[in-house]
Amino acid sequence: MTEVHRPMLSRVANGIFWLYRYLERAENTARLLAAGHRMALTRGTDEATQEWRSVLKTLGLIQAYDTHYSNYSGAQVCDFVLRSKNNPRSVLLMFEKARTNARTCRSAITREVWESINEGWMNLNELLSRPVREGNLDMVLGAIRRESTLARGATHGSMLRNEIYAFSRCGTFMERADNTARILDVKYFLLLPSLSYVGTALDTGQWDNVLRSLSGERAYSWLNAGRMDARSIAEFLILDERFPRSLQFCRLAMHENLSALARLRGRTGLPHDALAKVDDLLENRTVDQIFEHGLHEFIVKFIGLNASLADAIAREYRFLA
Amino acid sequence: MAMNAPTADKFDEMHAPDGSVRPAYREYCQWLSQQDPAQLRRKGAEAESVFRRTGITFNVYGQDDAEERLIPFDMVPRIISGAEWRRVSRGIEQRVRALNAFIHDLYHRQEIIRSGTLPLRLLRNNSVWLPQMVGFTPPGGVYTHIVGVDLVRTGPDEFMVLEDNARTPSGVSYMLENRETMMAMFPELFTRAKVRPISDYPRQLAASLAACAPDCAGPRPTIAVLTPGIFNSAYFEHAFLADQMGAELVEGSDLRVIDGRVQMRTTDGFRPIDVLYRRVDDEYLDPLTFNPKSMLGVPGIFDVYRAGRITIANAPGTGVADDKAIYSFMPEIIQFYTGEQPILPNVQTWRCAEKDSLAYVLENLAELVVKEVHGSGGYGMLIGPTSSRKELETFRAKLLAKPDNYIAQPTLALSTCPIFTSKGLAPRHVDLRPFVLCSPEGVEITPGGLTRVALKKGSLVVNSSQGGGTKDSWVLDD
Repeated sequence: MTEVHRPMLSRVANGIFWLYRYLERAENTARLLAAGHRMALTRGTDEATQEWRSVLKTLGLIQAYDTHYSNYSGAQVCDFVLRSKNNPRSVLLMFEKARTNARTCRSAITREVWESINEGWMNLNELLSRPVREGNLDMVLGAIRRESTLARGATHGSMLRNEIYAFSRCGTFMERADNTARILDVKYFLLLPSLSYVGTALDTGQWDNVLRSLSGERAYSWLNAGRMDARSIAEFLILDERFPRSLQFCRLAMHENLSALARLRGRTGLPHDALAKVDDLLENRTVDQIFEHGLHEFIVKFIGLNASLADAIAREYRFLA
Repeated sequence: MAMNAPTADKFDEMHAPDGSVRPAYREYCQWLSQQDPAQLRRKGAEAESVFRRTGITFNVYGQDDAEERLIPFDMVPRIISGAEWRRVSRGIEQRVRALNAFIHDLYHRQEIIRSGTLPLRLLRNNSVWLPQMVGFTPPGGVYTHIVGVDLVRTGPDEFMVLEDNARTPSGVSYMLENRETMMAMFPELFTRAKVRPISDYPRQLAASLAACAPDCAGPRPTIAVLTPGIFNSAYFEHAFLADQMGAELVEGSDLRVIDGRVQMRTTDGFRPIDVLYRRVDDEYLDPLTFNPKSMLGVPGIFDVYRAGRITIANAPGTGVADDKAIYSFMPEIIQFYTGEQPILPNVQTWRCAEKDSLAYVLENLAELVVKEVHGSGGYGMLIGPTSSRKELETFRAKLLAKPDNYIAQPTLALSTCPIFTSKGLAPRHVDLRPFVLCSPEGVEITPGGLTRVALKKGSLVVNSSQGGGTKDSWVLDD
């Protein structure tokens, strides 16, 4: 490859980066709802309410929700999260934003990617045009996950491995790391009556739910043959570099893609320094060390560093004029 | 555009008056007779879902939320024989060469005005005339890099030019996508009929634009398509062309004048652009030179242009040639610059600015089509035969108040081509917009063009903004 690097438009890089963040967020939101729904089905009303509150909390939507509704019925919460006009961050709007970004960046993505996103948006628009009945919820959530997966697959299978691809992957993994961290944090906090319970035997059903929210239940049981405790689950979700939704996996993926960007430009920059701070937090870290300093503190720190990394990317690559 | 001819003597392109199939359509009709109509209807629905999925839409202004709509696509191709096309394309080339020479002359010595061929008032009264272009020659000497020449047909050998689009003709993406769709739906058809391919257009466009690059450009000029953004009605086309050409798709906010060049903000700093294929009107191009309120353009781009350090396609100020009063002089213009008779005639045109013509037009308003000199898109026009008495009177008042603003044409018996309807084939009026590329290396015309079709029975309005559809247009390799 002797071709000179022709850097892409910053506006388009920004659009691509957010396009993949929206897709990832929509998908993880669907996962979270699916886990919440499952929990609500197997528990009593009080626990179900707790569960739906935790879903809203994880999504950062609890305040917006509380200004409009007073109870936490599954149907109400799902409707709010998926399609309510009262929710400026509904899954429907997320997909619409993803699709708008794809239109704006149309010449930076392949026809396959564009069509998968456009078709996904059309399908979800149709599915979410009226309130989702409980009997349909699984189908709708499955459709959201599938549309996002198809777009990611089209990206993987048709896009040139260039700067555009690197930004798309950065968007995906920034968002994924953030979502995993939030799910872990909220669940952990909510599930424990007090900090003194850290590391004690916890309700396996609830932890199972954390894993389900991240589609990690099968992988986890395969690796841990029946053990179900906070420590090993946290280890799995934070440190296991084989699990594609773990913080560690996301960190390594960010390395890969930021290195690709640095190779193209012939130099590193702000994001590489910001990622080094994430390295300090996660590299050679053991789960015991994490629990020793507190899981919540650890996660808060991670979310902060991850957000700084996103800022560093935006600054370095001139996302905004 | 368009006119009505509620007469029996209109020319159908597929069928002769005796019901026989014309030679160009023979292969197609033979194939068609072997198809199951129900199957074809299903294909039609399929095509529509393909267009939706691929996002081949246009936005309609003034509708809720700038809704995205599909341009209806009809599955019956419009077919032109090789011989017909040879004459048409010679005529187009002649016309486009004359147009380019004409615009150059208008912004330089104005020989055509000195010679008394064209009245000076046509320039004086022309709002799209740009004094800033006087004395300046664009890189490569090309003004009209991309032209769409709107043709109508009234008989076997009677193709006429209805309009020249020398600013930013749109629709080429539909031409290309219509062909893709037809090939995907009916591959066997293309093995039977020898249809000249058109898929090379984006590559030719890129090459043609690159050949007009300014001297400061490197061996591989950077080309960018400037779009007003996703809410523009033709955004799909802007993105499509950028994508197909491998060019950048930029918005005004991406661009800035730095070190005497127009540069785009990239992830690695600002990088110069050599050729800007702008799909933004002149007036919005540079807030420092033109409309100061424009958010779509690039402050200072006009100075860079005048310094010869960027190519703008089409050149600013080419809009004078789209003017319908100037159109009426095209036969004289062609003769003046080429020394030849026009191969493709104009539609007869009365200039209402002239006293005798105005009198004639007022006298015969109910039979004529009256258009605004600067109008486009089928807006602001009167189609006499289909207008009510009240509409005629309103227009009469407008004409009397501002005669310079109008021209009139006879209501033509536009040719028809059949479309698929639920009751089988039915003739509908069509026009044709071939796309022409100009560079110092020559003039290239893509075989065929975009056929627009009035879907309503008897209607002559083919504009997509007013219910028109499109067809795949074939030129046979015979």
